[in-house]
Amino acid sequence: MREITYLEAIREAMTQEMERDESVFLIGEDIGTYGGAFQVTHGMYEQFGPERILDTPITELGLTGAATGAALIGMRPIAEIMFMDFTTLASEQLVNQAAKLRFMFGGKASVPMVLRTPAGSGTGAAEHHSQSLENWFVHVPGLKVVMPTTPYDAKGLLLASIRDNNPVVFVEHKLLYKTKGEVPEEDYTIPLGQADVKRSGTDLTIVATSIMVSRSLEAAEELAKEGINVEVVDPRSLRPLDTGTIVESVKKTGKVLIVHEAVKTGGFGGELAGVIAESEAFGYLEAPIVRLAGREIPIPYNRTLEQNAVPQVANIVEKARDIVQLKV
Amino acid sequence: MEQEPKVKPKGKKKGITVGKAEAREMLLQMYEIRAFEEQAEKSYMAGKIHGTMHLSIGQEASAVGSISTIEPTDYILGHHRGHGLCIAKDADLNLMMAEFYGKENGYCRGRGGSMHIADVEGGNLGANGVVGGGLPMAVGVGVGLKMRAKGQVILSFFGDGAASTGAFHESMILAVLFKVPVVFICENNQYAMSFRTSDWTTSENLAGLAEHYGMPAVATDGNDLLAVREAVEEAVEYARSGQGPYLVVNDTYRWRGHSKSDRNRYRTQEEIDEWKSVDPIERFRKVASKKKWLTAKEADEIKDEGYARIEAARIFAEDSPEPTVESIEEGVYAP
Ligand SMILES: Cc1ncc(C[n+]2csc(CCOP(=O)(O)OP(=O)(O)O)c2C)c(N)n1
Ligand SMILES: [Mg+2]
Repeated sequence: MREITYLEAIREAMTQEMERDESVFLIGEDIGTYGGAFQVTHGMYEQFGPERILDTPITELGLTGAATGAALIGMRPIAEIMFMDFTTLASEQLVNQAAKLRFMFGGKASVPMVLRTPAGSGTGAAEHHSQSLENWFVHVPGLKVVMPTTPYDAKGLLLASIRDNNPVVFVEHKLLYKTKGEVPEEDYTIPLGQADVKRSGTDLTIVATSIMVSRSLEAAEELAKEGINVEVVDPRSLRPLDTGTIVESVKKTGKVLIVHEAVKTGGFGGELAGVIAESEAFGYLEAPIVRLAGREIPIPYNRTLEQNAVPQVANIVEKARDIVQLKV
Repeated sequence: MEQEPKVKPKGKKKGITVGKAEAREMLLQMYEIRAFEEQAEKSYMAGKIHGTMHLSIGQEASAVGSISTIEPTDYILGHHRGHGLCIAKDADLNLMMAEFYGKENGYCRGRGGSMHIADVEGGNLGANGVVGGGLPMAVGVGVGLKMRAKGQVILSFFGDGAASTGAFHESMILAVLFKVPVVFICENNQYAMSFRTSDWTTSENLAGLAEHYGMPAVATDGNDLLAVREAVEEAVEYARSGQGPYLVVNDTYRWRGHSKSDRNRYRTQEEIDEWKSVDPIERFRKVASKKKWLTAKEADEIKDEGYARIEAARIFAEDSPEPTVESIEEGVYAP
């Protein structure tokens, strides 16, 4: 099958859906002639013009609210927030308005919008351009939160997100944009709330999100050389969460390592640990549930410090080995 | 704990009267800025720097003209395109360059980098990665300065792009309400990334906007050092004398792309060339020569001195130590 990048997969999903559905439009900063800060929308302005590619000045709150309002009357806007750090500015309209309108109005309204945004560190962009804030939004009933890892998942999950009748926060990762993978040309959707077992194994379950899925898969290869057989589960969507797949995997392996980039305290790992501990998998656990996540610091500028602020392949290998050898 | 700028007042910079000494100092700072930015670009291209950077080549007069009007004990708050502002606020070039290189002895111990250089002791409360992020804080600094009543002011710098944010609106409202000693300085370089300012407002309209909030405002030719200085001087007097905030809009232009990811698809080479022909440094050299402040030879020597200082800073930075991984979790909380 044809291989394209994660970035191209996202662009293709948006393009195909805009061709198919006239109610879909884009709104965001520098998404027109500039093509978006990461070039995700490159060429779309030329194809769809200023009526459907709404380039805005620096107005995170305004553009997110505009997407919310348009969605409220049945349009399907896709808002781009240039860096996830700036969703803090957009969060009033997203958290107080978009997420709650349906419930607050007794189920009589819906807000079918997507807010796309790149998260994560690793580009040297420092404290204000590197955060992973997904769990802020996971905490809000009414929002859905999706984090694709592969080009295939990115396209299928984005198409599902656009067609979903709820506000979806679609969290991309800057370091994944240029990664390649097989992606069908035709349109297809991946249901939100369906985890994917990215590698099957018997000794340990790693539940990881976003770039940590790729790093965990690399770690699994390393561990395989030592005879440790790791299963890697990618939830793909954090809310709704496919607890079944995770619980089944832990029942099989009896050991679990949770890996994410976001800061550990208050991160999604705590939620996953809770879900596992509350489930029937609890009785199958042979070791404590372990979380490996970002340090309790903002992302620093210095390259070495930046790398050390979040889990790397070697850290995952080491933690996984410790768990399997019951050294935790 | 009061965090006052711990700078010894050097020569007085105040007063609209520019003489030989002031002309020399201002030209030197403009050259230091230009040289710093050129070095930054070179170091980046050579792979010595990671991340991104926002260069202010072409905007030197806005930084130097504005900051030359305040005392060392006054404050500034900058933005992402902030190297020039640091230099104009008398930053130590070595510590600045070391920060740019992410080194332990840089201004922010290598934690902040290009976009977050701060010199708190020197009254530079820092650059900012969030557009508009500095504006509300500047109001708060103004509130504190007013309460302390020592006649200090703060210059709050922001780009034209920041003027479109909600933070701008709220900051204007509070600044006027609290009558704070803040001079807001908009460095209007005509674009926010690719978004052309004139598509949503103009310099004159920006100034006019402030007037609607009840704040005096003026737009200047931001590439004319003396015009900037004169306008900011008046604004600083106004703020310092307790009359409240003021807005100055400096019309200028960035010669380089927005950052390293810019492909310049949104503007023409003709436009860039046109602005290069009103180079703030060349323009000031002409004035300085006409007014007999500096001969061409003296100006050339100043240029060489500026570039030499940056070269020394580069060497200092490259020879400086990296932060240790053991120290990574330090400094999140105050003791
Ligand atoms: C709140 C926020 N939104 C978007 C960005 C990304 N961004 C960085 S600089 C910039 C343009 C800023 O324009 P302006 O304020 O005019 O300053 P200039 O870069 O022109 O000096 C943008 C959009 C950001 N840093 N912060
Ligand atoms: Mg600008």
